[in-house]
Amino acid sequence: MEKIFKRCQSLSDLPMHYCPGCGHGIAHRLVAEAVDELGVREETIGVAPVGCAVVAYDYWNFDCSEAAHGRALAVATAIKRVHPQKLVFTYQGDGDLAAIGTNETIHAANRGENLSVIFINNAVYGMTGGQLAPTTLLGQKTSTSVDGRQKQLHGYPLKISEILAALPGVYYVERVSLESPAGVLKAKRAVKQAFQNQLNNLGFSLVEVLSPCPTYWGLSPQAALQWIKDVMQKEFPVGRIK
Amino acid sequence: MKILLSGNEAIAQGALAAGCDFYAGYPITPQNELIAYMAKHMGAGTKRSPGPSRIFVQAESELAAISMVYGAAAAGARAMTSSSSPGISLMQEGISYLAGARLPAVIVNIMRGGPGLGNIAPSQADYFQATRGGGHGDYHLIVLAPASVQEAYDLTQTAFDLADKYRIPVMILGDGILGQMMEPMQLSVQKIKTAPVKKWALTGCRGRKPNIIKSFFMREGGLEQANLKLQQSYESIKQAQIRFEGLFLSDAEIVVVAYGTMARIAKGAINRLRGAGKKIGLLRPIGLWPFPQKPFQSKARRLKYLVVEMSYGQMLEDVRLAVEGRHPVEFLGRSGGGVPSEEEIIGRLQRML
Repeated sequence: MEKIFKRCQSLSDLPMHYCPGCGHGIAHRLVAEAVDELGVREETIGVAPVGCAVVAYDYWNFDCSEAAHGRALAVATAIKRVHPQKLVFTYQGDGDLAAIGTNETIHAANRGENLSVIFINNAVYGMTGGQLAPTTLLGQKTSTSVDGRQKQLHGYPLKISEILAALPGVYYVERVSLESPAGVLKAKRAVKQAFQNQLNNLGFSLVEVLSPCPTYWGLSPQAALQWIKDVMQKEFPVGRIK
Repeated sequence: MKILLSGNEAIAQGALAAGCDFYAGYPITPQNELIAYMAKHMGAGTKRSPGPSRIFVQAESELAAISMVYGAAAAGARAMTSSSSPGISLMQEGISYLAGARLPAVIVNIMRGGPGLGNIAPSQADYFQATRGGGHGDYHLIVLAPASVQEAYDLTQTAFDLADKYRIPVMILGDGILGQMMEPMQLSVQKIKTAPVKKWALTGCRGRKPNIIKSFFMREGGLEQANLKLQQSYESIKQAQIRFEGLFLSDAEIVVVAYGTMARIAKGAINRLRGAGKKIGLLRPIGLWPFPQKPFQSKARRLKYLVVEMSYGQMLEDVRLAVEGRHPVEFLGRSGGGVPSEEEIIGRLQRML
């Protein structure tokens, strides 16, 4: 019998530590599939975040660096400048990329660094126990916004992708969503596009991935996917932003 | 042939001679000549084509600058940043990551007055921060303290070699006077060195297993093992990398202990008192970590130490630890822009005689 679905070469043979229904496992695989399909596993250098995906480097089967919380794009800037022929990407959550690392994010984008960014938006801080994130929705309850996010107290969900799209140094921004198989397929195309853009020297590319966190949304995995569709996508509409 | 350079420029020139191929920095006084010199001589700062050219990046903050140094070092480059006290405080997180991930890098601190925004006058008040690690966790940097423009040039080259040899961040610790002061200096033979082959660096995993640069060890016992390896490395550094200058130590009854610019001033005072027949010596630590302890283990019966610093007594603690109560240790220091003068040092020594 022919084997039609197998482990990517760019994934290592390790069980992932993520919670049931978490989107990170899918997003990791999409990155690995894109790297495999582009045939650049041995030319790839990933930069992992601080957050739930901190040990992404254990799951990918190519060179990787850790970065301090929020600094992934500064680290990646230097790696890419030193190795301009390699595929260099960061994989960052919303707290990492859009709170503590906003400065590094905006300036790497504004310099037009020829990098690819996979930005996982799950609207909470996962690793630390589900606190308010810059992307937490209005009304969404977290351990540090116990009555729900209120605009008077916490401000609004930060649309960092739209902000970045306004910068002339940015070539490509797309928001995708892991709420359904069709959404996953679109996400895969976007991730591969972001990598291909870099290989074509086109500049800064970012894919924002709306990703489920059933644990800290207090929902079943199935209900979490429905919540992305019914609630999250209203605030963060999917599609090509730039 | 001698050329005239400031200390800041000499450090930059030393980095170029050592084959530094990546520099990231953020402007701050009194080290701005250094970043400007690097910008002028490193390259255009644009994305380069493959080849021997060098990379200069003006970062958006010191946080970004030290993280760029981290990335460049992870990628196998000889990487450097420079700043002054408040900026170095901001870099401490990244320096801790460099130490934890065992990445070689050179960090220059041209110290200014603190705490807080302080002022831009020379200072030596970051000694504790430099020699105790500075950021979180059990780690050290090798810390080198030049006292002249020539030595700034020479020690910067040493710093790159030590960083690569031990996979450790190395700090050049100067002050605003050293950074700004111009002196004639000799350029050693301009043979650009290249970094040794770094098998652990991130270059793409062609023909090998993937390399991972990290300081995160969650498995039980993993971090303890990693930290023990760090400590073993520090022990070998303590054995092999002790640097100091001694002057008139054989018959000295009072030994002045000072480093960097302060040692230059102390030397003037000592020479004047020696002219008057007074038995004063100088012990100048050149490496501040590891600290030279052995020269303090003198058997002489009549011996006093005078520690002189541009701070309210930081290296003083290391001197006391090295002396172990065998001899009296006195202190003269000023801070916040005050620099002890030759006359103040002479006055103090005369009272001690």
